[in-house]
Amino acid sequence: MEIKRGIPVSPGVAIGPALVLDTEWFRIPQRAIAPEAVPEELGRLRDALAAAAVAAREQQQTITERLGKQYGAVFGAHALLVEDPSLTREVEALIKEQRFAAEYAVSRVIRRYAKAMESIERGHLSTRAADLFDIERAVLEHLLGQRREALRNLQEPVVILAHDLTPSETAALDRTRVHAFATEAGGRASHTAIMAAGMEIPAVVGLGKFVTDVSGGDTVIVDGNRGVLILNPDAETLERYEATRATFCRFKSTLVGLRDLPAVTKDGTCVTLLGNIEFPTEVAHCLERGAAGVGLYRTEFLYLGKEKDPTEEEHLDAYLAVLRALGPGKWVVVRTLDLGADKFTVKSEPAVHERNPSLGLRSVRLCLRNLTLFKTQMRAILRASALGDVRIMFPMVSTLLELRQCKMILAEVKEDLEEEGVAFNRDLPVGTMIEVPAAALMAEQMAREVDFFSIGTNDLTQYTLAADRTNENVAMLYTPGDPAVLRLIEMVVKAAKVHDVEVNVCGEMSGDPIYTMLLLGLGLRQLSVTPHNIPEVKKIIRSVTLDDATQVAQEAMRLETARDVNNYLREQTRRVLPEAVN
Amino acid sequence: METPNTFQQTVRVTNPNGFHLRPMKDFVELARRYQCSVKVSRHGRSVDGKSIFELMGSMLVPQGSELQVEASGPDAREALAALVDLVEKSTTADDPEPPLPPKG
Repeated sequence: MEIKRGIPVSPGVAIGPALVLDTEWFRIPQRAIAPEAVPEELGRLRDALAAAAVAAREQQQTITERLGKQYGAVFGAHALLVEDPSLTREVEALIKEQRFAAEYAVSRVIRRYAKAMESIERGHLSTRAADLFDIERAVLEHLLGQRREALRNLQEPVVILAHDLTPSETAALDRTRVHAFATEAGGRASHTAIMAAGMEIPAVVGLGKFVTDVSGGDTVIVDGNRGVLILNPDAETLERYEATRATFCRFKSTLVGLRDLPAVTKDGTCVTLLGNIEFPTEVAHCLERGAAGVGLYRTEFLYLGKEKDPTEEEHLDAYLAVLRALGPGKWVVVRTLDLGADKFTVKSEPAVHERNPSLGLRSVRLCLRNLTLFKTQMRAILRASALGDVRIMFPMVSTLLELRQCKMILAEVKEDLEEEGVAFNRDLPVGTMIEVPAAALMAEQMAREVDFFSIGTNDLTQYTLAADRTNENVAMLYTPGDPAVLRLIEMVVKAAKVHDVEVNVCGEMSGDPIYTMLLLGLGLRQLSVTPHNIPEVKKIIRSVTLDDATQVAQEAMRLETARDVNNYLREQTRRVLPEAVN
Repeated sequence: METPNTFQQTVRVTNPNGFHLRPMKDFVELARRYQCSVKVSRHGRSVDGKSIFELMGSMLVPQGSELQVEASGPDAREALAALVDLVEKSTTADDPEPPLPPKG
């Protein structure tokens, strides 16, 4: 049994067999295969070897043309190595006799040779073990390529373990079979965290190195309440966790009773609770908890893991699916594409290496450079607006000029639709995210030009504190409780009030119960949160008076450090709802 | 132990970079053109001369080392001559890297 501690990002407890994805280093743990799977495994091996050989020969040709025959020859040698009958024979023997998976068998054989080579005196041979690692990598890439495809069709429920999950990988997962995530990297607001919360499964991130210690198929426990990953638990631990899991389910079910109760403070102030979603199917999660609508529909998943950018019809289908699931009287805020150029392929845009992607060409900046892409999405949003309460929101707006450009393009699209005689809501509400400090500082001016604001506290915190939330070395700087962030939020809320535009908070902060009183006290009356957080947030709202909340906010605003703010808020929350504070 | 169809010869590695991946590739490609089997031995270890993988595993040796090459089969005599010639004439001219500095 081995216990690892990380950051809990999505609550719950899951117990199940591990599925290890290690895409960075291809260190493949030992995994036994069933006797009847041997022929299939041998087939996978043959295909992968053949594909790797073809790739090496192509590379030989390219390099020969570019640099000369002697350089190409290295890849010719790689092709020979990959196709070498002795290699094939040894790997096949491991698969047949030891029932090793092809990945592990290949890795074993090649690494044994590499080790022998490394023991030879260095410096007098120009060939190094690196050549062997190169071919190992090439073969594994082909083997894992097939396996990644297979993630769409998992046969049994699994717990996903990985160094880090990429958006396209998670998009490709068969989500009905994934019980939990645990990753070496990542922080509170990493992609894995958002994804797990959306799927409502437990997740722990930032665990540090562990992927090499675990074998696929091992029993693991992911404790998303306490941020613990347990590899190969002993019988006693397993039993204890089975019990915990049952208790946790009971606690959750007591919150279900809150669904039909309004989110009203003790003294009668109404708060609108909305849900954040990424997939139309998550609308159900929102409704189960009595959400008034969808305050943030992230549309990135329409773009990820796809060969081509989504068509207008694909967009429209997704938006209509959300509207249908919501039913009458509820609204959805569709956020336009919010991705970096590195995250997906835009055909018209050459892949440029960005030294600093989060300060680079991403989100609305990218859309303003790819009008076809932008307009396609706008057309679909407008068309959906004819059939239900749809609102549009632009992410990562930094300047007024950008906001005006977005609105101008929207006006053009409206004109086009008008000419084509296509129905849409002429008064489609337009909002902007406030997540860049520049926009927060200009909130007064921005407020004159939009119908609503949504404060994206994840990016606002990252940009205000200049701290990457997924970089564990600086992650302690990253907290929405920082006084600087609170001041920006206060400014935005005031500006919204002056100009009578709606304002909500849609970052992770809004779903964290320790911030509920603070946000209420700062004047927020709308929160958009991860669906599973709705009951707890609602319970806090129902347990306080507005005076309480205002006092808490005033006191928090007097504190000078993030630590003091967070400690104070935790204390106050414990007073109101002890179960909400771990 | 030479039978009428088996020939063997000791060859000294002349390439300053040693008997490494690139010459091994040429060696294997040449050996595979013949029907005879080819073995390469050194210090009592013997491997298949048509397998670059096996050669790489045990026969990566620096300049000046000696290897025994043995060919066995119908065209063994020609094969052996050609393979020995290849090893002896191997130079850094065809190598992707410049010659290694002399040992010192």
